[in-house]
Amino acid sequence: MVLDELKIGGLGSSRRRVEDDRFIRGKGNYVDDIVLPGMLHMEILRSPVAHARIKKIDTTRAWDMPGVRLVLTGEMMAARNLAWMPTLSYDTQAVLATDKVRFQGQEVACVVADDPYIAKDAIEAIDVEYEVLPAIVSPEQALAPEAPLIRDDKANQQDNVIFDWEVGDKAGTDAAFARADVVSKIEMHYPRSHPSPIETCGSIADFDRATEKLTVYMTSQAPHIIRAAVALVAELPEHMIRIVSPDIGGGFGNKVPVYPGYVASILASILLERPVKWIEDKTSNLMSTGFGRDVYLQGEMALRADGKILAVRMHTDSDHGAFFSDAQPSKFKIGLMHSTFACYDIPTAHLTAKGVYTNKAPGGVAYRCSFRVTEAMYFQERMVQAAADDLGMDQAEFRRRNFVRDDDFPHRTAFGFLTDSGQYGKCLDVGLEAIGYEDFLKEKEEAAKRGKLLGIGISTMTEPLGAGNSREYDILGIKMFDSAELRVHMTGKAILRTGAKTQGQGHETTWGQIVAHELGIPAEDVLVEEGDTDTAPFGMGTYASRSTPVAGAAVSMVARKIRAKARKLAAHLLEASEEDIEWELGRFHLRGDPSRGVTIQECAMAAYSNLPDGLEPGLENVAYYDPPNLTWPFACYIATVEVDPGTGVWDVLRVVAVDDCGVRINPMIVEGQIMGGLTEAYAMANMQFITFDEEGNCIGGNYMDYLLPTAWETPGFELHEVVTPCPHHPIGAKGIGECATVGGPAAFVNAVMDALKGHDVRNIDMPLLPDRVYKAMTERTDVSGAPPLRME
Amino acid sequence: MYPPRFRYEAPQTIDEAIQLLSEGGGDAKILAGGQSLIPLLKLRFASPPLLVDINEIPGLDHLDFAADGSIRIGALCRHAALERSEELRVRQPTMAAAAGLVADPIVRNRGTFVGSLCHADPQGDWAAVMVALGGSLVAQGPNGRRSIPVKDLVHGPFQNALTHNEIGVEATVPAPQGTPLGGYLKLERRIGDFATVAVAASVDIEGGAVSRAGIGLVAVGSKTMDASDAAASLVGGPLTPESISSAADLAAEVAKPRSDHRGSADYKKHIVRTFVTRILTRVSSSLEKAA
Repeated sequence: MVLDELKIGGLGSSRRRVEDDRFIRGKGNYVDDIVLPGMLHMEILRSPVAHARIKKIDTTRAWDMPGVRLVLTGEMMAARNLAWMPTLSYDTQAVLATDKVRFQGQEVACVVADDPYIAKDAIEAIDVEYEVLPAIVSPEQALAPEAPLIRDDKANQQDNVIFDWEVGDKAGTDAAFARADVVSKIEMHYPRSHPSPIETCGSIADFDRATEKLTVYMTSQAPHIIRAAVALVAELPEHMIRIVSPDIGGGFGNKVPVYPGYVASILASILLERPVKWIEDKTSNLMSTGFGRDVYLQGEMALRADGKILAVRMHTDSDHGAFFSDAQPSKFKIGLMHSTFACYDIPTAHLTAKGVYTNKAPGGVAYRCSFRVTEAMYFQERMVQAAADDLGMDQAEFRRRNFVRDDDFPHRTAFGFLTDSGQYGKCLDVGLEAIGYEDFLKEKEEAAKRGKLLGIGISTMTEPLGAGNSREYDILGIKMFDSAELRVHMTGKAILRTGAKTQGQGHETTWGQIVAHELGIPAEDVLVEEGDTDTAPFGMGTYASRSTPVAGAAVSMVARKIRAKARKLAAHLLEASEEDIEWELGRFHLRGDPSRGVTIQECAMAAYSNLPDGLEPGLENVAYYDPPNLTWPFACYIATVEVDPGTGVWDVLRVVAVDDCGVRINPMIVEGQIMGGLTEAYAMANMQFITFDEEGNCIGGNYMDYLLPTAWETPGFELHEVVTPCPHHPIGAKGIGECATVGGPAAFVNAVMDALKGHDVRNIDMPLLPDRVYKAMTERTDVSGAPPLRME
Repeated sequence: MYPPRFRYEAPQTIDEAIQLLSEGGGDAKILAGGQSLIPLLKLRFASPPLLVDINEIPGLDHLDFAADGSIRIGALCRHAALERSEELRVRQPTMAAAAGLVADPIVRNRGTFVGSLCHADPQGDWAAVMVALGGSLVAQGPNGRRSIPVKDLVHGPFQNALTHNEIGVEATVPAPQGTPLGGYLKLERRIGDFATVAVAASVDIEGGAVSRAGIGLVAVGSKTMDASDAAASLVGGPLTPESISSAADLAAEVAKPRSDHRGSADYKKHIVRTFVTRILTRVSSSLEKAA
């Protein structure tokens, strides 16, 4: 009788999430739940202005308050060479400001006190004198010839440019444009949004003078990177640093960078020799930590009259704020922006990218995306719709004509990526059929006669998920592989640790499923533990949808190493040679006599109690996995909308999502990821942005202004799938956590733009607020959302 | 949340509460539903040294309908009680239309109608509805009770006409002069967001003509705006496309919105015009249908 994989929670089982039991009961253990003996509380004083010289900081009143233990300023940090810290992108960032403040919300001073109330009170008792300077809030302002220099702290910085980067074939692209029948152009801004995890960032630093050991409990998606950073910045020996990421209440890229609060709390603990807790409030999180996007596009497509794309030319200006602090693979300054148009067969392309400093919070993090892929795919699909319109072609047909064909893999994209598999046409067809494309077009025409504006938007894309391979992908030189360590105990139960770090993705559930698939050990018999650098093997953490592609592959590989050893044990138990042993799920049997066999659990017991001569005891191993390529999930998202011509308000009628993430480990979790991603996509298209006024004041620094969608207004989603297993992943899986966030926004925006067809509008910047839609519709003009925002 | 230090009192009677407010000398704040006050404390935008919690005082949570159609709403009547009231739907359609649009369901469970009036936020929903209905606030202080029309209650953003030791104990809606009709339309970026613009328009109909009208505007000025000229222009005649259009124009003239991240000033004026038109057109077609 062969074991039923679904019954043991293997691949394809929608087993309930193991972690939810404690989360739903309020028994999660987040950083702020941790209370250590003698723990003190830290609060940060933040700059009220965007750009100013600091004339004077007077901390006397704060020091005098009862219960205040320490007041830290930039000057005190500088005395310890800690006023500045390196970022993950080879820049520097102020820990506490010494010379100038460069964005509203920047860290200026810290108070450590007996309780958080006193710390908050004492912050208000620090007097800072600022000499306000002009604020820069957009690349246009930053690049103006007379623009003030933001980073005057850097010796060789003459202007506000961070990088000038290019990729692709300029000459070939120029030549293709010269012979184009039609050139389609569009400009747009992908607004600044914020990952906004429900749990803000925070840390508890606990330096023990007696053992010289530093333990930091913190909200990090990548604890091992933090350990390396602390070792380098604080010059502490790496083996005496323990970073623990306990339960994390969402990350979405926000919890990858190193923040000044972490560093200040560590120094405070070292100085005071007591644990120091720092927990950000929501406003601080929104105003000062890693935002996403804020990129401007000038896009052009060279087209042949029959609808063939001949070439793509793009220029991006990205606003990184005051410090270049987002994590990017070091080779690629604007992340994987050049993965744009990967699903289309484009002969040649050229991308130039300029990064600039502004007086805004630093970031540009991969908010639920693989390093700028969200921007790349949004620009791609908006350009595609504009091009189809310019050619007068049906938008679905235009896509179909330009897709890479199923028999054309592996395919080298115009920007140099290697895609390995896909069924883009089928994916689109499933979507079109689900939405009832032809019927909707008729309905739209009928509705127009009654003065109703209906629109349909399509977004198709493939995206690179799961960095690395290590040849091309590193952060600060550390290669982007990942790891898994599996220990099978004598009763056949197991503990699995990986270098990734779950923040809601469900690793505790799905890793067990991979072990169940590889070894036949029921998923419920596998305890998954991540986030403690003293126990977990080294890994680069969880972001960019890399857990399943990289750490998940390592789980498979380590389980296979265990299986290989178990085979030796089985041979010993069955008194046969290894070559005569066959594997079925959860059991070895004699070739030719399936009735004679031993289970994996029996092998585990033998590993501790009945070993053949020469075999090392125990049943544990570790695997480091360096993927041969990225994984390339693809998707088709289609939205239909109705626009109110009187107000510009648009309602979503239907949303269809077709995702291909290869083999689904846990279909329920995959669907949850897609629905979550579509919700964020809807939010970005509809309501969500952080902007700035002329003085650099952040508009969107709280949940009254920065809107998270709720169940009340979020539309329903209809999910479909296509399955093309990843050819190189051990179980054929691909990343999925970010696809809908990446591909979704363009579907909504394209739908609204489709409804406005005939109104001479090419683009409205997200979010498509009613007043923007109304203006575009009535004034027949594009609407830019670029800051500064006029506030009266 | 880590607010500044404050003293907390929960008196059992209105008189005790008034006494505490007198002691507080203008620095005390009344805590009813807390849906605006608590966020202000959390953000440290307000730091009142004394909070007087009136939730322990009995007899303030009433929602009473009199035979003549007038309504009394106690200081502890929650938005949710209005939203769930079948009788409100029958008796007062303008209020009923607004009841489900105040903030979000969580806030509506706790927040109070009277608290919303007293808070005097130009983005508040209920003040505009009360302006449209000609409603009043009953304030009680050391010298007894007085009634203040809501249109005179609000002086500016977050400034009301109450003295420091007066409590808004009840709101009253007068009896309609005919069949009460009307509506409330709100443009918001998301449920629970403050209004970009909202309009309350109420008309009483007697013998096919408008016997009384009121129009209140939300988020288009430093206080709740009373489009009284627009409303007056409707009285005495039937609702026609022309009268509606002219009232909508007059209402838009009263609006003094500012451009911000919710929309431009021009757009908000346009929405006022659109919403007045839509509410009154809907009333007019319901009358036609009934006839």
